[in-house]
Amino acid sequence: MVDKSGLARQFIEAIPHARALAMELTDIGEGTAVIRMPYDRRLVGDPKSGVIHGGAVSAVMDTCCGAAVMSHPSAPGGTATIDLRIDYMRAASPGQAIVTTATCYHITRNVAFVRATAVDDDTENPVATASGAFTVEQRF
Amino acid sequence: MSRKRPEPMQVVKQRRDATLNALVHGVPYIRFLGIEFDRRGDELTGVLNFDDDLIGNPFLPALHGGVTAAFLEVTSIITLSWMHLFPHIESGAIDPEDMAAGNLPRLPRTIDFTVDYLRSGLPRDAYARATVSRSGRRYASVHVAAWQDHADKLFAQATGHFLMPPPLDGSGD
Repeated sequence: MVDKSGLARQFIEAIPHARALAMELTDIGEGTAVIRMPYDRRLVGDPKSGVIHGGAVSAVMDTCCGAAVMSHPSAPGGTATIDLRIDYMRAASPGQAIVTTATCYHITRNVAFVRATAVDDDTENPVATASGAFTVEQRF
Repeated sequence: MSRKRPEPMQVVKQRRDATLNALVHGVPYIRFLGIEFDRRGDELTGVLNFDDDLIGNPFLPALHGGVTAAFLEVTSIITLSWMHLFPHIESGAIDPEDMAAGNLPRLPRTIDFTVDYLRSGLPRDAYARATVSRSGRRYASVHVAAWQDHADKLFAQATGHFLMPPPLDGSGD
């Protein structure tokens, strides 16, 4: 398990777009992952309020869901998003990091099912939630 | 009664392009991803200019799923906003210079967005076009499709619901 979390961490850090958004994998368990994305002015979707664009939230949600699949004990060799739905509950507060937590709650030989939540400093009120299906690639 | 003489083409084009540029370039995240828009009349096509930073899987390589989702969402919001603003651009109620100076109109806000990943995004430019299925006073439903080399081979599509900003003229339109 130690090896796998090390691998998953390296995998996330090797993703160019995850690096571009300064994502940080802060925790990984058996089928769960936590990724933090710091606030960045370049990611603003509404210049008047300084609120982060929903697209950047999608990117961190997608990465976090993929990491949760990769960390599942049945150890897929790889994964890709089949479908991802995001519900936006509220605007993220400007200046605050976004922290996403994803859980791979069911996995078959071919498909992994994942749920995720994104929060800012106000951890009681989610900014967004996501649910999706991911492919399970066989190991070579 | 003779109809009003049409405006010179350059005047019409300049006004529309200036407004679109102000709208698109005014949003930092759209610049960050390198998204531009092609315009034919009121029809828009989103263009995602490829960059190495957009890669999600370095081994294939393939575009990041989050980039694809963001590109589809940006195309939906700009198209929806453009449809919403177009009559006011034509009537002259919207001043493109004022917009370029930072006085952007309020944009539609995403309620939910569902992306279908049909094939992996190749490391090259992508294009997307959004269709507004319904746009009411408060809510709008949008479908958006994206392709790379072949317009009939989509690599992703999405549907989303959006909360519309209040009408510009204060009417119940």
